[in-house]
Amino acid sequence: MITERSRLLGSLDPAAGSGYVEPPPRVGFFTDTSICIGCKACEVACKEWNGIPQDGIELTGMSYDNSVGLGASTWRHVAFIEQRVAAPGAGGDETGVRWLMSSDVCKHCTSAACLDVCPTGSLLRTELGTVVVQDDICNGCGYCIPACPYGVIDQRRSPDGDRNVGLAQKCTLCYDRTGAGLEPACAKACPTDSIQFGSLDELRKRAAGRVGALRAAGVADARLYGEDPADGVGGAGSLFLLLDDPEVYGLPPDPVCTTRDLPAMWRRAAVAAATMAAVTAFAFLGSRS
Amino acid sequence: MNADCIIIQGSNMAEAHPVGFQWVVEAKLRGAKVIHIDPRFTRTSALADTFVPIRAGTDIAFLGGVINHVLSNDLDFREYVVAYTNAATIVSERFADTEDLDGLFSGFDPASRTYDESSWQYAGNEDAGGDSEETGARRQVASALQHESHGPGIDSEVERDETLQHPRCVFQILKRHFARYTPEMVERVCGVPAEQLLEVAKAWAAASGRERTTTLVYSVGWTQHSTGVQYIRTGTILQLLLGNMGRPGGGILALRGHASIQGSTDIPTLFNLLPGYLPMPHVAQHERFDDWIGAIRHGDQKGFWGGAPAYATSLLKAWWGDAATVDNDFAYGYLPRISGDHGTYRQVLDMIDGRIKGYFLLGQNPAVGSAHGKAQRLGMANLDWLVVRDLFEIESATFWKDGPEVATGEIVPEECRTEVFLLPAASHVEKEGTFTQTQRMLQWREKAVEPPGDCRSELWFFFHLGRLVRERLAGSQDGRDRPLLDLTWDYPVHGRHDEPSADAVLREVNGFDLVTGRPLASSGELRADGSTAGGCWIYTGVYAGGVNQAARRRPGSEQDWVAAEWGWVWPANRRILYNRASADPEGRPWSERKAYVWWDDELGRWTGHDVPDFQVDKPPWYRPPPGATGAEALAGDDPFIMQGDGKGWLFVPTGLVDGPLPTHYEPAESPLPNRLYGQQSNPTRVVYERADNPRNPSPPDEHREVFPFVFTTSRLTEHHTSGAMSRTLGYLAELQPAMFVEVSPALARERGLEHLGWATIVTARSAIEARVLVTDRLRPLRVDGRPVHQVWLPYHWGVGSGLTTGDSANDLMGVSLDPNVLIQDSKVGTCDVQPGRRPTGPALLDLVAGYRTRAGVASMAPERIVTAEQGRG
Repeated sequence: MITERSRLLGSLDPAAGSGYVEPPPRVGFFTDTSICIGCKACEVACKEWNGIPQDGIELTGMSYDNSVGLGASTWRHVAFIEQRVAAPGAGGDETGVRWLMSSDVCKHCTSAACLDVCPTGSLLRTELGTVVVQDDICNGCGYCIPACPYGVIDQRRSPDGDRNVGLAQKCTLCYDRTGAGLEPACAKACPTDSIQFGSLDELRKRAAGRVGALRAAGVADARLYGEDPADGVGGAGSLFLLLDDPEVYGLPPDPVCTTRDLPAMWRRAAVAAATMAAVTAFAFLGSRS
Repeated sequence: MNADCIIIQGSNMAEAHPVGFQWVVEAKLRGAKVIHIDPRFTRTSALADTFVPIRAGTDIAFLGGVINHVLSNDLDFREYVVAYTNAATIVSERFADTEDLDGLFSGFDPASRTYDESSWQYAGNEDAGGDSEETGARRQVASALQHESHGPGIDSEVERDETLQHPRCVFQILKRHFARYTPEMVERVCGVPAEQLLEVAKAWAAASGRERTTTLVYSVGWTQHSTGVQYIRTGTILQLLLGNMGRPGGGILALRGHASIQGSTDIPTLFNLLPGYLPMPHVAQHERFDDWIGAIRHGDQKGFWGGAPAYATSLLKAWWGDAATVDNDFAYGYLPRISGDHGTYRQVLDMIDGRIKGYFLLGQNPAVGSAHGKAQRLGMANLDWLVVRDLFEIESATFWKDGPEVATGEIVPEECRTEVFLLPAASHVEKEGTFTQTQRMLQWREKAVEPPGDCRSELWFFFHLGRLVRERLAGSQDGRDRPLLDLTWDYPVHGRHDEPSADAVLREVNGFDLVTGRPLASSGELRADGSTAGGCWIYTGVYAGGVNQAARRRPGSEQDWVAAEWGWVWPANRRILYNRASADPEGRPWSERKAYVWWDDELGRWTGHDVPDFQVDKPPWYRPPPGATGAEALAGDDPFIMQGDGKGWLFVPTGLVDGPLPTHYEPAESPLPNRLYGQQSNPTRVVYERADNPRNPSPPDEHREVFPFVFTTSRLTEHHTSGAMSRTLGYLAELQPAMFVEVSPALARERGLEHLGWATIVTARSAIEARVLVTDRLRPLRVDGRPVHQVWLPYHWGVGSGLTTGDSANDLMGVSLDPNVLIQDSKVGTCDVQPGRRPTGPALLDLVAGYRTRAGVASMAPERIVTAEQGRG
């Protein structure tokens, strides 16, 4: 079993950091929300390929979003955000509309807290740099759920009889397709190439080019999300081009790997323990004297 | 994808055609401007650079404003217009316009509500137009659908003034006709601010001309109106004036709503067409073979319909083989005849009246998906038998036991006389064959998996049904059985279920030499002497060289940008129709940037990126000899080769029932009077005045305040039409889990509607309930100084089967049709909206009856359709 050491080693290549010798290039997603048409083909393709159960026929009233968010049975989720904006030529009246759509997915973090906290080794860093859950190893402890800074991973709770009920579930970046040279189901199904799959280096370049082009065309709010290796998760394996603040899409503006402070905490705990031990010893030794 | 500007109007392309929309995105990434004009802000609007909200049913007024702007400011592509359109042609001095006649054209007969077309003709051709009796007959059989593609006959030599100054030339008539469509008038009619109209007009004109092209996209948001054909005509006029036809990145894209709806028009499921747009013979008009052929080729007319005898003979030879001989006019007598309107809505009313006894439904769920759902269900409940072939047990198979009329007591299951046969169908991945999509492209589909259980393909069903019927009739001496017994019904079968070979059918459709068996390479090889067979002349070539050309899948990255080796496009694998117009009259590309097809002087032929849509060796300077007919009569600069004069028609002298030019009429149901003319609505539209098809009052009727709001319906990406293939699947049903109605915050306040609460929507036909979505994507428009509220409903839900069920939006609709093609006006109507759920059981009928009484429609006074000053009495 390969254990996660990337964060501790500070490596930018999580696969190498996890002990793979000369791993293939790290892969990921680039989701360009400026050309997402909200068709949800990604959600359906993901469920079809991965055999994810249907999880509730209920009208939410949240624009056209009826799958609510990422979860154990929704590994791709399209957010719909209706905004009032100034209508052109209407004297600044907010009678215009903007409708943002964005397909969210697991970030496959460089520093993945879910891996750190998993006691069974069910969560695995693959040679492609992605993070997957192994259903047959997961014991359903649920530690990974609060560990994820994005709220991506969850335990499947229904339907009764589903083989993975009780287990942690999330996007595998279609490990069973990428290994065979195929792109993930969501990227394959996306009609406008809003979702792109490829080597992370290449996607980063593409994302930078696209955000530059949009800004040059006057879309001042265009920005990238998850592309910065210096961010709190060491950069994500899933990059996004957004047209508004991350919070608008339900994304944390400044995500931090929840285990980031663990080493320092352990060090402090160790120092504290040692101090305590020393004080105790001193006290005993002192009392003898 | 090659367009500099994309105008999307009457279409929610991103939601209803998401796969095709990838090319809009591609064009956008290359810098194209995208403009969306629609009553509601949709997922298409979300990706457009400009969104223009418009009142439903007023698109002709809006486009008329654009035409007026183009003509008033000389923004047209003048060289193109003079050379390639009928702008210069002189029209009869007897023609009078809507300007003169309060919204009617000359030749109107108020009694029959039809036109005598003779005054619309080109000068000197007045005899060519049909009288009002003939146009009335054409309305019955939707013959404009045939004429549109037939290039109705006119004399090839016509009087022209290429300076465009003659007061009766088409160009000047057009200018006068659209002069009153000013930005201010557009604002009053459409609720579109004048500056937004001008923004669209300027963008459209700026992205047209020699160097640039604009494409126009529409779908059923344009066609499904009582003036649907004239909507598209208005778009055609603009695209011709701006020189966008026959050129890359230009054209008019009519997006089809299903995978092979184009295919089922080409090889038709329509009552009035035969394959390749040959008209179905009419019992009175086409008694003999020569009458029929003569009606198609129009005597001495120019153009490629001159080949009609070869197309028709080859079709008859394909169907009746050796039984089709010169002596029996190739078995022309075997063809069924039509006698009038047998359109789908006429059929439904005939079922209610007991005139139709049996019905086949394949891939259709009219109980939910067709206008006037109650009439659909009551019609089917009055049949002897009904065969439903579908993937699921759809509402059209269960209406007799759980439809809305069972709840109201109008259908009693124990007494319903219809015997329903539900037969399971194979899905598209369980059978082989072709799809023909929007671009006229045939794409061969392999069978991926065996259909489960008793599921079978349509091909299997009809082949074996035909086989069994023929076996039953074998030996019959009755003459009426000959057409069935003489059919060539010998397709090879394979597999354990004796599946007929789709490949063999495609070979027959393509056509072959009856002597050698060689598949034909082009429709030019079809013969009128009975030596060739061909099932659909426009598809000839799909099996050229004995190769299934539709199965070609060479990736785009391995060929040039036209990608001629991806599938096969009719006719002749030509990707852009009328592409002769991509070159100037001398045969040179209009610009390097838009070069597509051109004349190569050295080679002495047309060449370029695509298959030229022209006789390849006919030079640009060719002029036909006197008396020439057919293709020979087309000059070297006549690009519109199917038209009677080789020109693109700004003005249509013959072939349309409701006028030679588009004119704004209010929808059949409208809360507002027509601000442009005294004539309120399309005076020639088809109405079925019956107690079970009431219409909400519209001006000048009283009580129209009973139904004060405008409603329109369409699709969501997540569901497919009546929901039969999507409400039945968990992965789709959960994405749009309930029937809803979208309303603006202003209307919600006015009527006390709560987000996620219930609303009841009422028309004179029915009342339905839906969950409320309050959204800024809809907002009231200011029309003529007052706010007009529009509400929107998806039409995917029905009562009966599925993981999610709900009331059907089509129950709100009545039946009123476009006079040219008999399409229903289901994209606009008036309604009332009230908070809360609707009553159930007989109380629902009482609610609707109360509305009818208050609206004054219960009295069944004849509709006032002709309201123009000149048309009255």
